[in-house]
Amino acid sequence: MRWMWIDRVVSLEPGKRLVAVKHVSLAEEHLHDHFAADDLGPALPVMPASLIVEGMAQTAGILVGHSEGFREKVILAKVGKAELAEDAGPGATLRYTATIVQMDKSGASTSGVVELIEPSAGAANPARVIGQIDLMFSHIDNNMQGLSFPAHNFVFGEGFKTLLRTSGVSWQ
Amino acid sequence: MTRDEIFKKVQTLLVDALAVDEDEVTMQAVLTKDLGAESIDFLDIVFKLEQAFGIKIAQGELFPEGGAQDPKFVKDGRVTPEGLASLKARMPHVDFSSFEKDPQIARVGELFTVETLVKFVEWKLSKK
Repeated sequence: MRWMWIDRVVSLEPGKRLVAVKHVSLAEEHLHDHFAADDLGPALPVMPASLIVEGMAQTAGILVGHSEGFREKVILAKVGKAELAEDAGPGATLRYTATIVQMDKSGASTSGVVELIEPSAGAANPARVIGQIDLMFSHIDNNMQGLSFPAHNFVFGEGFKTLLRTSGVSWQ
Repeated sequence: MTRDEIFKKVQTLLVDALAVDEDEVTMQAVLTKDLGAESIDFLDIVFKLEQAFGIKIAQGELFPEGGAQDPKFVKDGRVTPEGLASLKARMPHVDFSSFEKDPQIARVGELFTVETLVKFVEWKLSKK
């Protein structure tokens, strides 16, 4: 399994806002365990909330990394808030919108909105906000402890570059 | 803005940043020891102070960095007189009276109380 929890970047305003989508699919192994049938009832395949947080972290992390040309190692350092009011099942699309609230040399804070887009065409309200995820990122080469890390950027690897290229996003 | 008004705003933002109860955030509370702040929380607090008070805080201005590794400033686990002078110059908003009596490097964190933040904001606002 590749650790990619968004499928495509939909739009980008550099340094401000990034929108990405994630399609929830029954082809994903984890859906079969979350939750499997047991004595209490039948299987209930839904996207785990922790992986929705990771999806937002990737969305916001790319936004923060892009604004510095991916020269900084952008690490998720704090989940300030994560609230989700509904589950996302197979066939649904999650839309993550991340906005930079503040950013400086040491890191950034972001605010994020999670929307659920229902697959059925007849749904009364096909896209609706289901949650809010606010995060903080550290530019770890500028950390307060003066710790050093490997020179190569291990955060933004080939997987992210492929995602950006297939989404038509360029960077300097 | 009065000191009390500043305190109220600082209290609100610390409740949010550190997930503590309002009554835990007293003037004397130490950010690390009493309120459980970790390193990333300091950046969070800096960002929240900037937003709440419309001020700009340079890196290292509120929470000085890098001095602990300098042998001129820290020797045998204690802050040297030179180190203390440097800290005082960099943090005019901090009360050093208790720290000076036993300047162990491990106690530096205790300098950062809620009152330190309130006085820092007061000092920044006076320069605006």
